[in-house]
Amino acid sequence: MALAKPTVEEIKARAARYPSKQSAIIPALWAVQYEQGYVSKEAMGEIAQILALPPSLIEATASFYSMFLTRAEGRHDVVICVNAPCSLRGADEMTAYLEQQLGVRDGQTTKDGAITWHSTIECLGACGGAPMMQVDHRFEENLTPERIDAIIQQLRTDPTPHGAKPMRRIPTKRAKN
Amino acid sequence: MGLKPLLTKDFHTENLEQLAVYERTAGYAGFKKALGMQPDELVELVKTSGLRGRGGAGFPTGNKWSFLPKGVYPRYFVCNADESEPGCFKDRHLIEKSPHQVLEGILIASYAIGCNLAFIYIRGEYLPQHEALESAIEEARQAGYLGKNVLGKGYDIDVILHRGAGAYICGEETALLTSLEGYRGEPRLKPPFPAVKGLYGKPTIVNNVETVANLPHIVINGADWFKAMGTPTGAGTRLWCMSGHVNRPGNYEMENGTPIRELIEEHGGGVWKNRKLKAFQPGGASMMVLLPEHLDVGLDFDAIQKAGSLAGAGAMVVMDETTCMVDVARRYVKFFHHESCGKCTPCREGTFWMSNLFERFEAGDAKPGDIDLLLEMGYNIEGRSFCPLGDASTWFPRSVIKYFRDEFLEHISEKGCPFKKTAQEAVA
Repeated sequence: MALAKPTVEEIKARAARYPSKQSAIIPALWAVQYEQGYVSKEAMGEIAQILALPPSLIEATASFYSMFLTRAEGRHDVVICVNAPCSLRGADEMTAYLEQQLGVRDGQTTKDGAITWHSTIECLGACGGAPMMQVDHRFEENLTPERIDAIIQQLRTDPTPHGAKPMRRIPTKRAKN
Repeated sequence: MGLKPLLTKDFHTENLEQLAVYERTAGYAGFKKALGMQPDELVELVKTSGLRGRGGAGFPTGNKWSFLPKGVYPRYFVCNADESEPGCFKDRHLIEKSPHQVLEGILIASYAIGCNLAFIYIRGEYLPQHEALESAIEEARQAGYLGKNVLGKGYDIDVILHRGAGAYICGEETALLTSLEGYRGEPRLKPPFPAVKGLYGKPTIVNNVETVANLPHIVINGADWFKAMGTPTGAGTRLWCMSGHVNRPGNYEMENGTPIRELIEEHGGGVWKNRKLKAFQPGGASMMVLLPEHLDVGLDFDAIQKAGSLAGAGAMVVMDETTCMVDVARRYVKFFHHESCGKCTPCREGTFWMSNLFERFEAGDAKPGDIDLLLEMGYNIEGRSFCPLGDASTWFPRSVIKYFRDEFLEHISEKGCPFKKTAQEAVA
């Protein structure tokens, strides 16, 4: 799937701001993930063409960072932290509850395609509100089973893919309104 | 001593993230004053103030600035907002509540070091904070605080907000620069230090969010005012990120030197559920565990180091009597294994094997020799890995073995975790 024109424009505009166009690789990967929901090998090839850099370089960078998805996932993205500070306040129990409610295992997508969830050992920076989840890149803190129920309910009925809503296009120039 | 809101003093003000509101709290007065000073004067001011980096290492900020080679341009300033240390969430708070305070600090630092292009490297997970900074930069641009010929003083400065994408290692300054250049976030050998050869091979200063947030206040009030707070070697305040088994977790800005006891018992409301304190960990995942006997140690780089741990990035993880210390160490080691960038063997393989051994303890498969094997691995990683990530992966587990060896032995004799039941009861 070829990249949309605004995505290509954004990548070019970003590259022009940095002293080295290579610095635009991560912003470009974000722009692609915003548009397509994940970063395919083909899209990395396109980034390489736009920036006139070898495709291997784009892939090397993309594969290093945990937030770039390489395959299509559910409409919504749920990540629950299981690092020590969260575990002290019940992250394991919340994870077990989440898994039970969604009926699929860590890393999988629910049958209705609504939610992909996984646990992470990477601290997300919300230890003061532990246990916590990152829902479509927004933090939900002080989780309880009831809060998890409400979040799941909302996500199942929300048709907007996570790529479109929270991963707001980062404008190179702020839109006039 | 005690609670001392300096950076957080206006955080109760509604809409502080908006420029007009920030300006009413004397916002940008520091930058305006700075523009009327000579850059060298500013470097000297920050040096005399005794400000030490709040990112973890505690290196004197003014000294860092003065390492820039004379006459070499362009120079870059990078604000490290890649806060990823488990247990830390202070930079997130500072950005969310007052993005302009951070931006003002960046502008002051950039002017002081003679830089015309600054960067903010923010971790990918901090999206709302990214948006807060993005709006702040735009507002500041409209108001003429950044751009060409700032406030008619002939100084040009632009700020690029750069979003990371999930990598703890990018909080290490050389890895951050590698990442900012578009590569995999692997650290570089020091020396040359970034001040000499940093971003794009040019002289670069990397300072933490909390560090730069101090600058407007130091410029306005002076070095003596700043030095009057805290301890002789630790001027000012710090935000402490309290988490774990306390009644009131959250960020608390404390004057340096305040006893840890006051932070946990008074402001944190003490250990939750009327339980006893078993241990606490200052600094974050990397740092060594301390015991109730260390409660009277001051919240200060040097005092905490003397007590056998490190103040690091200002975390305070509190653990009650039901905590399985082996499990806490297991999670941290798993974290370091996950986040090891793979560049050097001692860290890549060492964290993998340490993590495997901890899983053995958890599964009940550990043998008596495994405790010493863990220690031996730790000694072989520390000092032999390329950057501090490998070293730091060994500090917490080794300190836990030192103070809680019995718990490891129990995991062996009981073939599994003796705390399992109580831990589950703990969250009931």
